[in-house]
Amino acid sequence: MTISFGNPDRPNSYIGKTVPRPNAPRLVQGRGKYVDDIVLPRMAHVVFVRSPHAHARIGAIETAEAQGVKGVLRIFTGAEIAEVCTPWVAVLAHLKGLKSPPQHALAVDRTCWVGEPVAAVVATSRAAAEEAAALVDVDYTPLPAVTDMMTALDAATPVLHPDMGDNLAFRRLHEEGDVDAAFASAHKVVEARFKTARHTGVTLEPRSILVDWNPAEGQMTAWHATQAPHMMQTVFAKHLDLPEGRVRVICDDVGGSYGIKVHVYPDEVATAAIARIMARPVKFVADRLESFTTDIHARDHEIGGRIAVDADGKILAMDIDDWTAIGAYSVYPRTSAIEGNQVVNLCGGPYDFAHYRAQTSVVFQNKTPTCQYRAVGHPIAVAVTEGLVDMAAAAIGMDPVEIRRRNMYADDAYPVTSPAKMRFEGLSHHASMDKLMALMDYEGLRAEQAALREKGIHRGIGIASFIELTNPSPFMYGIGGARISAQDGCTVRMDPDGSIVALSGVTEQGQGTEAMLAQIVAEGVGVPPARVRVITGDTQVTPYGGGTWASRGAGIGGEAALQSALALKASILEVAGAMLQAPSEALDIRDGQVVDTATGEARMPLEELGRIVYFRGDTLPKGLPRELVQTRHFITSDYPFAFTNGVQASYLEVDTDTGEVKLLKHWCVEDCGRIINPQLVDEQIRGGIVQGLGGALYEEIHYDADGQLLNGSMADYLVPMAAEMPDMIVGHVETPTMESALGAKGAGEAGTAGAPAAVMNAINDALRPMGAQVTAMPFTPERILRAMGQIED
Amino acid sequence: MKALAGGYARAKDVAHALDLLAAADGMGRVLAGGQSLIAAMNMRLSTGDMLVDISRIEALRGVTVEGGTLRIGALTRHVDIGTDPLVAEHAPLLVQAVHHIAHAAIRNRGTIGGSLAHADPAAEFPACVLALGGTIHLQGPDGMRAVAAEDFFVDVFETAIAEGEILTAITLPLIEPGERHVLIETARRSGDYALAGLCLVKRAAGHRLSAFSVGPRPILAVAAMERLDAGDAAGAVQALRNEIDPPSDTQASAAYRRHLAGVLLTRALQDLTGETA
Ligand SMILES: Cc1cc2nc3c(=O)[nH]c(=O)nc-3n(C[C@H](O)[C@H](O)[C@H](O)COP(=O)(O)OP(=O)(O)OC[C@H]3O[C@@H](n4cnc5c(N)ncnc54)[C@H](O)[C@@H]3O)c2cc1C
Repeated sequence: MTISFGNPDRPNSYIGKTVPRPNAPRLVQGRGKYVDDIVLPRMAHVVFVRSPHAHARIGAIETAEAQGVKGVLRIFTGAEIAEVCTPWVAVLAHLKGLKSPPQHALAVDRTCWVGEPVAAVVATSRAAAEEAAALVDVDYTPLPAVTDMMTALDAATPVLHPDMGDNLAFRRLHEEGDVDAAFASAHKVVEARFKTARHTGVTLEPRSILVDWNPAEGQMTAWHATQAPHMMQTVFAKHLDLPEGRVRVICDDVGGSYGIKVHVYPDEVATAAIARIMARPVKFVADRLESFTTDIHARDHEIGGRIAVDADGKILAMDIDDWTAIGAYSVYPRTSAIEGNQVVNLCGGPYDFAHYRAQTSVVFQNKTPTCQYRAVGHPIAVAVTEGLVDMAAAAIGMDPVEIRRRNMYADDAYPVTSPAKMRFEGLSHHASMDKLMALMDYEGLRAEQAALREKGIHRGIGIASFIELTNPSPFMYGIGGARISAQDGCTVRMDPDGSIVALSGVTEQGQGTEAMLAQIVAEGVGVPPARVRVITGDTQVTPYGGGTWASRGAGIGGEAALQSALALKASILEVAGAMLQAPSEALDIRDGQVVDTATGEARMPLEELGRIVYFRGDTLPKGLPRELVQTRHFITSDYPFAFTNGVQASYLEVDTDTGEVKLLKHWCVEDCGRIINPQLVDEQIRGGIVQGLGGALYEEIHYDADGQLLNGSMADYLVPMAAEMPDMIVGHVETPTMESALGAKGAGEAGTAGAPAAVMNAINDALRPMGAQVTAMPFTPERILRAMGQIED
Repeated sequence: MKALAGGYARAKDVAHALDLLAAADGMGRVLAGGQSLIAAMNMRLSTGDMLVDISRIEALRGVTVEGGTLRIGALTRHVDIGTDPLVAEHAPLLVQAVHHIAHAAIRNRGTIGGSLAHADPAAEFPACVLALGGTIHLQGPDGMRAVAAEDFFVDVFETAIAEGEILTAITLPLIEPGERHVLIETARRSGDYALAGLCLVKRAAGHRLSAFSVGPRPILAVAAMERLDAGDAAGAVQALRNEIDPPSDTQASAAYRRHLAGVLLTRALQDLTGETA
């Protein structure tokens, strides 16, 4: 069965329409169910004693005084937890050479970053556990801390993990063509150094987990704010030595994840271990300080980049030297080498050029571990690429839009393989750029900019083209040996009253997954979306799947939902055909009714069919298949990833006396293939842009030279706020992927991928007449004034 | 984190509050709007406090003109300062300040007395009261006393309030004909504490200029005031940059703040002459 997406008047045409989110009223009325809302009988709370040192040997742990606090049940050290919980090593076979030492749930013998859990206090209330935790006396012997990325490999720098030999976790060099020759003969070579700041995801709901161990059933149940319940099921089973089938992970409402909640956190595994030992429910909810010191960080990169162009602005070559420092451990199980690897894969992404060299060097240091956060590697790669392209354009006196037009892959060039060896099925760089130009009135803005410049007002226009990796296949993690599912499944069933229940392996983190699934299933079966109930986030209930990551929910989970819904429709129509004595091909389901396809005449409501199937099955022919439930799984197989593309633009004003940047307007035209719900896509783009703007202007985790975190609160780690955000205009080009009937690619990360580059280019466009340029994010007022030479000391 | 209070009592009136503080054995802590104190307690930066909640003492709230001064009760909330007609008439500087303080939810609870007593060096109200030459009124076991704003702010989070005393009101001179006020600041995001800020008051007798977020307490920039009175704007900018000793932190360096203070003074002067204040 196919769907004529081109016809907006087709029956049950919910795909492509803004359909209200079924879970929105529940959430806005405060009827959501987050982990912290769940209270179980005999539930205890765990609080972690965390290292105040970036690197220290752990001596005796004195707990007697803490034990005396009223309400304290038990105190655990790392060694005690290690008796029931094995350590993990976060490497992947396809990331050759990646190394990382075993990591324990609670540090044993040595602590490697400020915030690492060292002991756990379990009490009848969080307050009592906190009070006791403050009384646990750990004898630390401070060790020298490795905190500087660029000197991490120097001979004079201590080796953080002596067993590992050196501080290099991973290095990958990719080389294509003859880069040196291309640079040697180029008309123009431009080079620059870029920095992206250490960020974290700042989810509204902090990391939360409640674990119960029921010895009578031999079953562990974890209520977990996670993106990947099935992955966590494997992790708990493996490291606590339980059969996978005896671990159930339930993921009800989640208050935002952005990639932060797809990783294995030592304190969360420790919580599970403690529940196992104490045989009672144990809850851990991170507070905001814990979020800043223990949620994964990301994007801490320094990059040297060079670009070579000919006199016509054709890109000849790019040469990228990326460095990132990941903390003391590679994060389990996705590893901390992926971000640097993505920089290698994505630089130069939109452009058709031949000679490419990129290397990433991933080093250990004594800070919070880094790992995948929304748009993994993209904001870095796009900033470097688009920054260099703009600098090259300026160097040869070409308009930044023109140089892009001369280099982007032609819209009819696909399929094509990039110099980074990424395979593109179908992108629309030129159509997207054309649409952007029209939306923003580029020429008009340039005229306005010039006129204001005369009056001493310095505005800038910045453009950033980008590609985004979505719908990953097992090439992302599976081939490396991680039990991370790239496939996903959906079960759709019809109940006696004609209502539809869909069980999906992808998860809802607040982004609207359930709305998207509901409208796909509604269209696939032929009922109004309000008749579809979607259930996600329960390993014991839903088909096996990967959950939420790498913008895969709609493209992978959506296709599984569509196929299972179409299969259910076929099953229903087979029964209907028998009941109505009509060939099932002549029947259709529309708006919850079985109808004649040709005339649209109603023949039978679904509830009547349900009544017969479930209560009067005796009246149906013997042997008639009557399973009103269907499951389908989907995995991509033609391409390792479904790339999307787009282009963003920023218009802003720089106050050249204070260095402040005022964002005036932002545009994004993107191509995520088939749009299922326009409003959800637009809000994903807007939210993503806001996160990107945060990276460009505000967000930066600061450490001192000893590895002490300096800004662990919302007062000091500045996230973007509504008042500073510009109007955003979002436009679309739709190039559906041919891998699925649905044709959807991902849209969750595009905004974040391109926004920082657009802002950087706009600031530099404003500053260029003054001979100044900024390349180190975030672009604080001070960094801008320093670039302008306004501050001497 | 969970706050750890030593106890809580709601005071009926000032005398009751003073008794509660006296009985708290040095652990007494006045709770007004709670917008700084509760945050500190929730970070466990302050534990074991015996909270003396003064927020229901009506006598400490409101704005009047009394004895040739503008009197603002300690419990007057930021939001009420922003809309009070007497404040608008006599101390428009405070009204300007309100627009820069935090967000609506905080302005609905935070009090001017709490802001002065808390003495955050980046806060607006302390610098306003200093620029306006106000007086801070305190009441303690030994009775009442009045402290000039110049003598009130001692160091970061430290004031002339003695153990067991309560800040009851602020008095400010009534506005003169032709008097003008300008508050100007730069913050990373709207509602954030300023990277640097200035309060400029122009009276017949001369200029008064205070600066905030550029040292351990709001300072009166006397050298710059003298240059302003002499009509030397450039000299005033230089003098201001010389007489402040700003901190460096994760948001900005001392050098940036020093530069910024000068830029802000130039802009404040443009505001004064441009009659836009
Ligand atoms: C997110 C956020 C942003 C903020 N941004 C700003 C800003 O930009 N600018 C700004 O100026 N402020 C800002 N504030 C602080 C806010 O203005 C507070 O309300 C104010 O500093 C304290 O007033 P309060 O009434 O809430 O005092 P409380 O929090 O109740 O008390 C603060 C301190 O003062 C003492 N105290 C209070 N009242 C008295 C009294 N009458 N006598 C003696 N001692 C007393 C308390 O014991 C305590 O030590 C912000 C606060 C938050 C939470």
